Amino acid sequence: MPNTPVLRLCGITKYFGPLAANDDISLTLNAGEMLALLGENGAGKTTLMSILFGHYVADSGTVEVQGEALPPGSPRAALTAGVGMVHQHFTLAGNMTVLENIMLGTEPLWGFRRNSARARAKLGALMERFQLRVDPFAMVRGLSVGERQRVEILKVLYRDARILILDEPTAVLTPQESDHLFATLRELVNQGVSVIFITHKLREVMAASDRCVVLRHGRVVLETSTKATSAEELAKAMVGASIPQATRTPHPHGEEVLFLDRVNASAPDRGASLNELTLSVRAHEILGIAGVSGNGQALLADLLSGLVAPAGGNIVLRGQTVNHLTPAAMIRAGVGRVPDDRTGTGLVADMTVMENLSTEIYRLPGFSKRGMLNFKALASRAAQLMDVFDIRCAGPDAPVRKLSGGNMQKLILGRVLSQGPHLILANQPTWGLDVGATAAVHQHLLDAARRGAGVILISEDLDELFQLSDRIQVMYQGRLSAPQDTSVDRARLGLMMSGQTFDHRGAA
Amino acid sequence: MRLEPRESVALGWQVGAPLLAVIIAMALCSGLILWAGASPLSAWGLLLKGALGSTFALTETLTRATPLIFTGLAVAVAFRAKLWNIGGEGQFYVGACMATWLGTGLITLPAWLMIPFLFLTGALAGGLFLLIPTWLKTQLKADEVVTTLLLNFVVLLVVNWLVFGPWKDPMAMGWPQAAPVIDQAMLPILVPKSSLHLGFILALACALLMWWMMRFTIWGFEIRAVGASLKASTFAGMPVRATIIRTALLSGGLAAMAGVSELCGVKGYLTLDLSPGFGYSGIVVAMLAALHPLGVVLSAIFIAVIYIGADSMSRAINISNYIADVTTAVCLLMVLLAMFLTRYRIRWK
Amino acid sequence: MDILSLFLETGFWLAMVRMATPLIFGTMGELICERAGVLNLGIKGIMAAGCMSGWTWVFLGGTLWGGVLFAACVGAALGLLHAVFTVHLGLSQHVTGLGITMLGVSLSSFVFRMVLPQVTTPPKIVPFAPLDIPVLSTLPFIGPVLFSQTALTLLAFILVGVTAYVLLRTPLGLALRMVGENPLAAEAQGLSVLGLRTGAVMVGSAFMAVGGAFLTLAAFDAFYIGMVNGRGWICIALVVFSSWKPGKALLGALLFAAFDAIQMRVQQQSISAIPYQFYLMLPYLCSILALITMSRKAAYPKALLVPFRKGER
Repeated sequence: MPNTPVLRLCGITKYFGPLAANDDISLTLNAGEMLALLGENGAGKTTLMSILFGHYVADSGTVEVQGEALPPGSPRAALTAGVGMVHQHFTLAGNMTVLENIMLGTEPLWGFRRNSARARAKLGALMERFQLRVDPFAMVRGLSVGERQRVEILKVLYRDARILILDEPTAVLTPQESDHLFATLRELVNQGVSVIFITHKLREVMAASDRCVVLRHGRVVLETSTKATSAEELAKAMVGASIPQATRTPHPHGEEVLFLDRVNASAPDRGASLNELTLSVRAHEILGIAGVSGNGQALLADLLSGLVAPAGGNIVLRGQTVNHLTPAAMIRAGVGRVPDDRTGTGLVADMTVMENLSTEIYRLPGFSKRGMLNFKALASRAAQLMDVFDIRCAGPDAPVRKLSGGNMQKLILGRVLSQGPHLILANQPTWGLDVGATAAVHQHLLDAARRGAGVILISEDLDELFQLSDRIQVMYQGRLSAPQDTSVDRARLGLMMSGQTFDHRGAA
Repeated sequence: MRLEPRESVALGWQVGAPLLAVIIAMALCSGLILWAGASPLSAWGLLLKGALGSTFALTETLTRATPLIFTGLAVAVAFRAKLWNIGGEGQFYVGACMATWLGTGLITLPAWLMIPFLFLTGALAGGLFLLIPTWLKTQLKADEVVTTLLLNFVVLLVVNWLVFGPWKDPMAMGWPQAAPVIDQAMLPILVPKSSLHLGFILALACALLMWWMMRFTIWGFEIRAVGASLKASTFAGMPVRATIIRTALLSGGLAAMAGVSELCGVKGYLTLDLSPGFGYSGIVVAMLAALHPLGVVLSAIFIAVIYIGADSMSRAINISNYIADVTTAVCLLMVLLAMFLTRYRIRWK
Repeated sequence: MDILSLFLETGFWLAMVRMATPLIFGTMGELICERAGVLNLGIKGIMAAGCMSGWTWVFLGGTLWGGVLFAACVGAALGLLHAVFTVHLGLSQHVTGLGITMLGVSLSSFVFRMVLPQVTTPPKIVPFAPLDIPVLSTLPFIGPVLFSQTALTLLAFILVGVTAYVLLRTPLGLALRMVGENPLAAEAQGLSVLGLRTGAVMVGSAFMAVGGAFLTLAAFDAFYIGMVNGRGWICIALVVFSSWKPGKALLGALLFAAFDAIQMRVQQQSISAIPYQFYLMLPYLCSILALITMSRKAAYPKALLVPFRKGER
């Protein structure tokens, strides 16, 4: 098929303050092509696609769809021109039905009545054609993550999009579901749709795309047909230099630091309940928990953070059963918690770096006396941690919301590790971080394990789990598989993540 | 139109912007003064003179500022913790009622004990009263903006019943008011032949105490953290429940002290119009001060200047004294705008 | 005569429906604002402004319906002010609302005094007369209660139906609800979040103002300073009580008005040993109770109180 461009981005530049998120980017998408937009976190991929779709307005540059200039800053214009976007964070309203979410904005605003019957019919036809099935009358809040993504895709197809943008579509899918998604996308491409998908997973790029464009620090650094390149070349282009990856040195395991004995727990809006969960972590050990989010990881993290009390079973920390579960109790018992939600749970965004470093220790003797804070002690501790953990910021009084994701995570790690915990809970610790920050976080976790802590690493990134863990267990519907050695086959792990090979007792 | 966050703001602008806002507000209200047939400049001149132009005027202004400092502090500490206490008016009257119950003869103590006793008991009553909607918020997720607001009306109706009914003073010639508090409860006057009373000093002391607490103590740190992020402070193991209770007791207590202060310092007896909206004005005071305890003193005096001055001005040039309320409302909106413009730049496309 | 016999009087029910009218307007207005994600605490000021402007229009020689329209325009103007601050600039909805309440109440008192400087008893106008709808108003009991009300009361009931229909069955209503649930989703579907929210606040405020105008143009025939009283705040509670549903809001307004009517009779006729103040308290306490029971499972608009900043990181 001759290369006819359907989309042309020319010279797109966008600044956020002094930071150039996109710097003179030019990019072309041809008809019937699957283009992968690559780059590590912070490279500018989402910004670029948001400009294309009209969420942001570029400082300079133009967008052309089918040869016609696209007015900037208007998602409506983008939709009319046939551009559709499946967002990374789903743009759905939980309190409404699937049909309502899809129908929104598709009929004239001053119409007298919504034509639900017609919409239902059109949606039904789309679901048939692309094998993407969801109940149109279900409330979105009751849907699983995979189902919600199907709704997002149907929403875009409903609007007859000819150019599809997908932002990190496989972030929440098992390997099998990812394969199915790309098969669907390939089917769409065969039917004349052109696709751009944003990803940082090289595996997907090599397997599914026709061409790829690599962004780094807001600039295009490589543009090539997929057949003509390799994963190594892409990785090098993404990062720009080789960053030493953290390596695990096996260590003899020590005494048991955590034993969860047939724990039951549940909470509303926290995904699958924990069902007779049993696990054990020893000192010097890193236990990896794999699984698609929503299968009980949130509750496990809440449990170990002291936020949720178990309905049954025991939590034993270093031989002592924990009776009264609160965050303060867990901190006192030597549990270090790195939460998955950095800005919402891990940090008080409106406070300073020093204040955030102090939130878990300010009541300890030495840092306060009879109610009065000892600013000198707190400041000197903060300065020390900023140095040791390489937290880059304007100073201890810098507002934490101005920090980059990597520096925020280093702050949290500094706060946690400086207390010498016996057990560390690391929940998606490198989500959203670039390669450099990821390597730093990995190194800190490995060092902590070497020093004697037991680490539970919950992660959706299988590469990370294989790299760091001594053993891996898969979480599915609130139960854990038997521990797997790191030589286990990825595909087998993928099957376990989707529930197959679990027997009725929950062991696999 | 697009909004861009500013990278940094010069200190001059941070202080100057609210000032500029007030000037713009006064300029806008000048239109109303013109309509009333007076010259704006002379009108504002009369206002300033009426509020600050003589020792007497100054004492009147500071007397008026006293309850505003208390209610302003009450709102400032509550809003810091994101506890939206709109019930200052009700808590004011709870304090006044408590002082009436205990101070009209039930208990007699020498003055140096009586006064602190009435303030403390009044504060306790006000604090406990605010605990009710606070408890409803934390346990049952009931919006405290609405519950505190509605409780204001309930309290006012109780006071209505009390002064027309069981507490009606038979010696008051038919007026609906309660018996006066005993002499030992009356607050001493600070400046002879004026109405400036000890309450003003107490209010200043409270402001200093609040500032010290918020800045230097662990409790202030906890209040700020809980207000800034409930999730993060819970996660960090902070005593969130205790902090919220502490905040409610403080906030309700301060608003109630405004009531005790007005009762024992100005009027001497409980009436239905003991507060012309001090509780609600406290919100304006706190917002103008950006929730800073020491700033509350300044903005309370500012609001008092507007009221006392407008009162005097309206009598001199025959304009209705609702101009004071209008000016305050416009000031509030302008200051909101000014504080916003110091943080964001507007870009027109 | 005791309390229970009150319920047998047609006059009582007539008063209840009449007194519910401003609450219906106010609650519908607030409901629309909140469904779109904006808490409008300026309701008391907007009702006061509508109250006074409607009356002034008629007092200066205009028609009654002209007064209603003028009040609606004044309300919409205040709504626009609110929207500029809270929707376009993302400022605190609590403080802006309270500021507008203060502005509305004080400005209407001030303007009233300017128009009528020296009166002790407010001058009267000729208010809306009750409409006697043929046939229907002759029905026993519900005839006079429902079908002999003024035109504005009828309008209020119609408005509830219209609001419910628009919200649930039209594309505009769907867009409005989405803007209050997930504004990013609305933007991603090509809608203008700022435009929808501004429109909702303006329309809602117009309704509130008409509710205020009802007080001077139909319920009473003169303007008193402080007329609106606590009605504005009750509407805020009624919106939560109604789980943001128009039908339930109508029931809530009628319930509240019933209590108001009871306490008035008790005051006038001393038919109860309990002081009348306690009957006046009941609506407020009931509202709090209703709030508590509803809040547990409140399907509140998820984006309520969350400003939408376009294109901000």
